[in-house]
Amino acid sequence: MSHGDLSFMSTLTDPPKEQFRLSMLVNDTRYRSLTFQAIAALVLALAIWYLGNNLIQNLRAAGLNISYDFLGDRSGYDINQRLIEYDSQSSHASAALVGILNTLLVAVLACITATIFGVIAGVLRLSNNWLVSKLMAVYVEIFRNIPVLIWIIIIFTIMTAVMPGAKAYLGENPERELLFGLFAFTNRGIYAPAPVWNDGSMIVVAVFFVSIFAMFAYRRYAKKLLFDTGKLLPMGWPSLAILILPTVLIFFLLGQPIGLDAPDPLANRFNLRGGIQIGAPLIALWFALSIYTGAFIAENVRAGIQAISKGQFEAAAALGLRPGRVMNLVVLPQALRVIIPPLISNFLNITKNSSLAIAVGYADITATLGGVTLNQTGRAIECVLLLMLFYLTASLLISMGMNFYNASVKLKER
Amino acid sequence: MSDKKNNNPIAFVATSVIPESPPPAREAGVYKWVRENLFSNIPNSILTLVAIAVVYNVLSNTLPWILNGIWTTSSLTECREVLQGKTGACFSVLAERWAQLLYGFKYPEEEYWRPNLALILLFFALAPVLFFDLPRKLLGFTVIYPFLAFWLIWGGSILVPIVALLGFAVAAVVFQKLGKGSFAASFFGAIVAALVVWKVGGMLIPDNASETAMLAAVPSRDLGGFMLNMMLGVTCVSLSVPLGIALALGRQSSMPLIKWICVVFIEFVRGVPLITLLFVASVMLSYFFPPDATVDLFLRVVIMITLFSAAYIAEVIRGGLAALPKGQYEAADSLGLDYPQAMRLIILPQALKISIPGIVNVAVGLFKDTTLVSVISMFDLVGMIRGPVLASTEWNGVYWELLGFAAALFFVVCYGISQYSQWLERRLATGHR
Repeated sequence: MSHGDLSFMSTLTDPPKEQFRLSMLVNDTRYRSLTFQAIAALVLALAIWYLGNNLIQNLRAAGLNISYDFLGDRSGYDINQRLIEYDSQSSHASAALVGILNTLLVAVLACITATIFGVIAGVLRLSNNWLVSKLMAVYVEIFRNIPVLIWIIIIFTIMTAVMPGAKAYLGENPERELLFGLFAFTNRGIYAPAPVWNDGSMIVVAVFFVSIFAMFAYRRYAKKLLFDTGKLLPMGWPSLAILILPTVLIFFLLGQPIGLDAPDPLANRFNLRGGIQIGAPLIALWFALSIYTGAFIAENVRAGIQAISKGQFEAAAALGLRPGRVMNLVVLPQALRVIIPPLISNFLNITKNSSLAIAVGYADITATLGGVTLNQTGRAIECVLLLMLFYLTASLLISMGMNFYNASVKLKER
Repeated sequence: MSDKKNNNPIAFVATSVIPESPPPAREAGVYKWVRENLFSNIPNSILTLVAIAVVYNVLSNTLPWILNGIWTTSSLTECREVLQGKTGACFSVLAERWAQLLYGFKYPEEEYWRPNLALILLFFALAPVLFFDLPRKLLGFTVIYPFLAFWLIWGGSILVPIVALLGFAVAAVVFQKLGKGSFAASFFGAIVAALVVWKVGGMLIPDNASETAMLAAVPSRDLGGFMLNMMLGVTCVSLSVPLGIALALGRQSSMPLIKWICVVFIEFVRGVPLITLLFVASVMLSYFFPPDATVDLFLRVVIMITLFSAAYIAEVIRGGLAALPKGQYEAADSLGLDYPQAMRLIILPQALKISIPGIVNVAVGLFKDTTLVSVISMFDLVGMIRGPVLASTEWNGVYWELLGFAAALFFVVCYGISQYSQWLERRLATGHR
C-alpha cells in the first residue's frame, strides 16, 4: 500500500515533459514576454525603416545629403561675446566652439549666483522674522510662477531701455560718474576693469595659491590638536590672516605688479575704452537664470532644513553644542543629503535653459550652431543633431557626477 | 460651623481668587507681536529695516505708476501728452490690443466667441477630473470635450470630430467585448477597430465639407496669443499623462528590450532642452514625414512638447511606483491578478496618488515652457508682444505694461494650479492618519 502510494507520488512530482507548442508563445507567461519583445522589436524596426525611408526620399527630392563638411567652411559672421579668438573668417566649427564656451560660461556663472540667491532666500524664509519670511515667500512664488523666458526679456529690457548710453559717461563733465571710478552700466552692458598682469604678477598668484594650501594645513593641524589633546586653537581669524597677509605683503613688496585697466571715459568721444565689457545679453541671461532658478533652490533648501527632525536640534543642544556647531556638525551634513540632488538637477535645468539665449541674442551654442549657422548653410538635420549631442553630453556628465555624489553620501545601512 | 465659614479667623488667608491682572504692556497685543516677530534681536531688527526699505522702494515706484495709468488713448505719444511728464503707465495698449494679445492677430474677429465658449466649456470638462466629489456622470462631457473644442476652435466640417469620436467609441466597445480574454488581445483589437473606423469615416467625409460647414474653418497658423499657450498647455499635458504612465511602466518592465527602449527615450528627452526639440519640430520633423504629407506646425509642436513632458511625467510616476511597498505587488500576485489587472486595480491608483504633486509641477513647468514657441516664430502671448505689438509705430516702447500683463497672466494660472495641487495633497493624505 505504502509502497504503491510512494511510487504514485513520485510520478506526480516528476516535472511534466511537455513539448514546446506554438500556442505557448501567447498563453505561457514564460514565453509570452518573448512574443511581446519580438513584436516591439518589429514595430521599432518598421518605424525606423519608415522614417529613414521618408528621410532619404525627402533629401533626394530636395537635392540634399547628410554631410558635416560645412563645419570647415568660412562662417562669415561675427560674434561679439567670445572667450577665444574668432572672426568672420573662422570656420563654422570654431563658431560652434565659441558658442559652447559661451554656454558653459553663462551656465557656470548662473549656477554660482543661483545657489547664493537660493540659499539666502531659503534660509531667510525660515527666519522667525515675519516680514522677511513673507517677503521671501513672495519672491519664491513670483519667480517660480512666471516663465523664465519672460524674466529674460524683462531683464534684457531693463538693460537696454532703462540704462543710459555709453555717452552719458564720456567727456570731462559726464552726466554719470563711474561707480567707484571702475564700473560703468550702459545699455550695451557693463564695463568693468580688467586686470593687467605685469612682471612678477605670477609670483603674487603663486603666493596666493600657496597660502590657500597653508590655510587648509593650519586648519587640519588645529583640528588634530583638538582631537588629540583637547586644546582649542582659534580657527577663524588665523586662517583669514594666512590667506590674505602674505599675498598683500608680496604684492606691495614687488611694487604692485597687478594693475587694473579701468574703462576710460576720456580716451574716445563715442565709446568707453579699456576694461572688459560684459554684454547686455549675457547679463540678462545670467541674472534671469539666477533669480528664476534661485527661487527653486530656495524651496529645496527650505525643504532640506525642514526635513531634519526637531529631535536632532535638541539632541545636539543637549550635548552642549553651540548653535553654530549644531548647524555645522549636525544639521547641515544631514540637510545636504536632501538638498544636493535637487540642487544638481537645478544646475542641469540652468544649463538647458541657457539655450534661451537665442531670445536675447547671446551667442551660445543654440544661437551660433542652431541659429546663424543653420540658417546660412541650411543644414538643419546636422545642426540640430550636433546641438542635441552637445546638450546630451553635458547633461549626462552632470548626472553622472550626481550619481557618484549620491552613492558617496548614501546612508550606510546594514 | 457656618460662623467659621463666613468669618475666617485666620485673617491672612484669602477667601477669594484675585482677578487676573492684564499682562504688562510689553508682553501683550501688537507690541508683543512686533517685538517678537520683527525686532527680537539686533540682526533681526536690521533685517526688518532692510525689508521695510525694500518694500517701500518697490511700492513707491510701482504704485503711482499703476494708479496714474491711462487706459483710453490710442498710442504711446498720446499717453505721454496726457501724462505730461508725470509717472504713469500706458495701459491703453492692453485695452487697444486686448484681442490680439489673447487670440493672436489673425484669428477672425467675428469668431472670438468660439474660443471663449471653448474656454468656458473647458472648466466644465475639467471640473469632474479635478474635484472627485462631483457626480461621475459628468465625466461623459469630459470625454466629448476634446472633440467639441477642436470643432469650436478650428471650425470646418463637424464630421471630422464626429468620425474621430466614433473611432474611439468603437475602440472602447471592442475593448469591452474582448476584455474577457487577455488584455493584449482586446487592446490591439481596439486599436485595429479604431483605425478601420477612421479610414472608412475619412472616405465618407466629402472633400468640400469644410466649405459648407456651420463654423468657418480657421487654419491653425491663424491661432495665436494667450489662447495658443492655453491650447498647447492643455493638449500636451492631457496627452502626455497616459504616455508618461506607459513609459514609466515600460521602464519598470522585466522585458529587457521594452525597458531599454523606454530608458533611452526618457534619458534622451530629459537630456536636451525643449528648444532643440522645437527646432526639430520646425526645421527637421518634416523630413521624416512622407514627401506629400503636409503636417502643420501646430501639430508638429504638439507632438514634440508632448514627447518632452511625457518623459518628465514618466520619471515622476516611476518615483511613485518605486515608493510603493513591495508587499503591494506581492499581494496583487497572490490574489491571482494578471499584470494589467494588478496595475489597474492595485498599483497605479496608489502610485498615481503619490505622483500627483510631481505631475502638477511638470504641468506648471510645461505651461510656462509653451512661451518658448515664440522662438520658432509662432505668435503666442510673448511672440505677439515682441513681434506685432512692440513693432507697431503706436506702441513702440511700451515694455513694462505688456511684459507685466504677460507675467501677471502666467502668474495667475500657474499659482492657481499649484494652490489646487496643495489642496489636493491635503485632500488625498490618507496614509498618515
